[in-house]
Amino acid sequence: MYIATSRSSDLAAEVDRKPALRRVSANVVALGMVSLVTDISSEMVTAVLPLYLVLGLGLNPLQFGLLDGLYAGATAVVRLLGGHAADRWGRLKAVAGFGYGLSAVCKLGLLAAGSSVAAIGAVLAADRTGKGLRTAPRDALISLSSDPATLGRSFGVHRAMDTVGAFLGPLVAMAVLWLSLGNYQAVFFTSFCVAAIAVLLLGLFVRDRRSDLEQRARTTVRAALGLLRDAPFRRISIWAALLGLVTIGDSFVYLVLQRRWSVEPQLFPLLPLGTAGVFLLLAVPLGRLADRVGRWAVFLAGHVALGAALLILAGPTGGIWIAVCALALHGAFYAATDGVLMAAAGPMLPAGLRATGMAVIQTGQAVARMASSVLFGLAWTVWDLRPAVFVAAGVLLVAVLAAAVVKPWAVRA
Amino acid sequence: MGGARVKKVLLAVVGVLALAGAAVVFVVNARAGDTGTNAVPVVTGQRLTLSPGRLLFRNTAAGPDSGKLASVPLATPDAPRQVGDLRCDRFAVAAGTGVCLAVHPDVLPAVSDVIVLDDKLGVKYKESLPGTPSRARVSPDGKFVYWTLFVTGDSYAAQGFSTRAGVYEVQPGTLVKTIEELPVFVDGARYRAADVNYWGITFAPDGNRFYTTLGSKGKTYLIEGDYQRFFGKSLRDNVECPSLSPDGKRIAFKKKISEGVWRLSVLDLATMRETPLAETRSVDDQALWQDSSTILYGLAKPEGGSDIWSVPADGSGAPRLLVPDGASPAVVS
Repeated sequence: MYIATSRSSDLAAEVDRKPALRRVSANVVALGMVSLVTDISSEMVTAVLPLYLVLGLGLNPLQFGLLDGLYAGATAVVRLLGGHAADRWGRLKAVAGFGYGLSAVCKLGLLAAGSSVAAIGAVLAADRTGKGLRTAPRDALISLSSDPATLGRSFGVHRAMDTVGAFLGPLVAMAVLWLSLGNYQAVFFTSFCVAAIAVLLLGLFVRDRRSDLEQRARTTVRAALGLLRDAPFRRISIWAALLGLVTIGDSFVYLVLQRRWSVEPQLFPLLPLGTAGVFLLLAVPLGRLADRVGRWAVFLAGHVALGAALLILAGPTGGIWIAVCALALHGAFYAATDGVLMAAAGPMLPAGLRATGMAVIQTGQAVARMASSVLFGLAWTVWDLRPAVFVAAGVLLVAVLAAAVVKPWAVRA
Repeated sequence: MGGARVKKVLLAVVGVLALAGAAVVFVVNARAGDTGTNAVPVVTGQRLTLSPGRLLFRNTAAGPDSGKLASVPLATPDAPRQVGDLRCDRFAVAAGTGVCLAVHPDVLPAVSDVIVLDDKLGVKYKESLPGTPSRARVSPDGKFVYWTLFVTGDSYAAQGFSTRAGVYEVQPGTLVKTIEELPVFVDGARYRAADVNYWGITFAPDGNRFYTTLGSKGKTYLIEGDYQRFFGKSLRDNVECPSLSPDGKRIAFKKKISEGVWRLSVLDLATMRETPLAETRSVDDQALWQDSSTILYGLAKPEGGSDIWSVPADGSGAPRLLVPDGASPAVVS
């Protein structure tokens, strides 16, 4: 299992002799810390925003929901730009840092925007742009800082830390609200300070993987397009997108849970926490499993878990614990797919095009998932909820089966 | 190498302390910004009741009593407002039943109490539901209480908002947590969509017929519903937050002019004719019939906060400022 390769990390020689967290590269832990702190900051805002808009400003939040779809499309393009710019300039850390910085400044932007709908909309869009810009360079840094043989574990550790931040965000926001006697501005300002701490940590403790000039010269748009001529990478991209197309979004999963299972409305906000909790617990074990048995296999198994969750949710309703199982499967789906896909793709990409390639895969997947939610919405309208979920689960399982037969993971990562 | 590392850690510690310090200073200042005096004359410690001829509302004037339920005589609305202890973000009343939606101050994501009150504002029923208060009403016979809450997108870590509308039957005490599953017909065909949202319910005096707004795929419809048979059908589009007149024949509503801009109008149900009211500013509220000829509503101020205004229901006259720094008006008739 442990094969030293030419592109091993700075800590590769020590890997596997140290316990748990220490087995991944210090750079990955640093990036995980940055993501953890950043997620505290962004989830603080997410949690308080509806209250601020409705009770603080007297605005109708449905206005922002409409803009949401547009932003999602724009983020996809920004992601490609961020990935390619990072490779082109050979500055993964700088581009990721710019993304983190932009999102941090946006927290102050919310303070400055006042009650202007247009300004708030612009700030939220800029925040998302920051997120789009930083994702691919950050994932490229994780993969370049890790031993290719244990990439699954590296991404697992990163995603788990990221999720811890998401859990803490609302708690920190609650504490600030309590201390400031319900002052929303205080939440935004604190959120900015937290995000700035993340940028500081990135600046001080994350080491860039700079490519040499010769390599940078080879990073052109043509070279980026050439990536898709590389058979293994093309296959993984296409299959990831195809599977994205037959994956139904979180909101639908929770809607089915709410509609069909007599879940108390008080528990609704806890449903996403259930998914996140399982994701948090399984991210590292499944990442390690992926290193051992093959990343693509685990990636596909994750989709099987989602299919099973859908079948359970659309099947005959029973005890609430069955719904809990479905939720756990949904969390397992994330743990088996989110970081694992990046771990699978990493070694296929030359170091100088790592961020570009990851951006291509992520964008393909994101666009496919957007299309999937439109398709699923359509299926719901035509057939009603339950048949639509059954069809979605069926199509998903057929696609997974096809992927398993075609074996795009023949090139073992 | 070791020296550089120590330096970095030191820098990080200093930076984190500075940023954390800035946050603490901001929070402490925000806390101190609460001056402790009311911006308008307020008579505190009152025992509010639902006695006829009074206007109840949410007091939004800055000060220690901001957010509390307040009361003034409808005939002299500029009298000093009386406040009790009850805090409500939305309030409504009819036939001796009141409803108060109050968000829990430090719980995230937001959780709101739906509190059903008797004519002495004693708590008859209380339930906590996820969401931020948006609308609340009581049926003319006082037998139904209904509300709309904004909920954050059901997806984790994703923006996006939706509404959840619920009904409570005061007798025998049944909670319908959301009416999203109401079988509904649009233009004669059964309508299903993933993004169905309802907001702003209004009941007829018979306690069975009701109206609400259905929002889906960027369009809004006025839905006429039958509560006993539990189904609804669309009457026309672009009618939001309906409010039925005391005689049950007209609907005051907000008509969308452009994104985020609404105009108060009245729809005659017999002729389906719309009359725009004299208020030309954008109103984002569920209108309230003070009587069969006057409409009350909250109007957001550009600098934040809101005032309560009144305007004739027939399109004539001009809007009149009733109570500054107030929201969610309710009239005890």
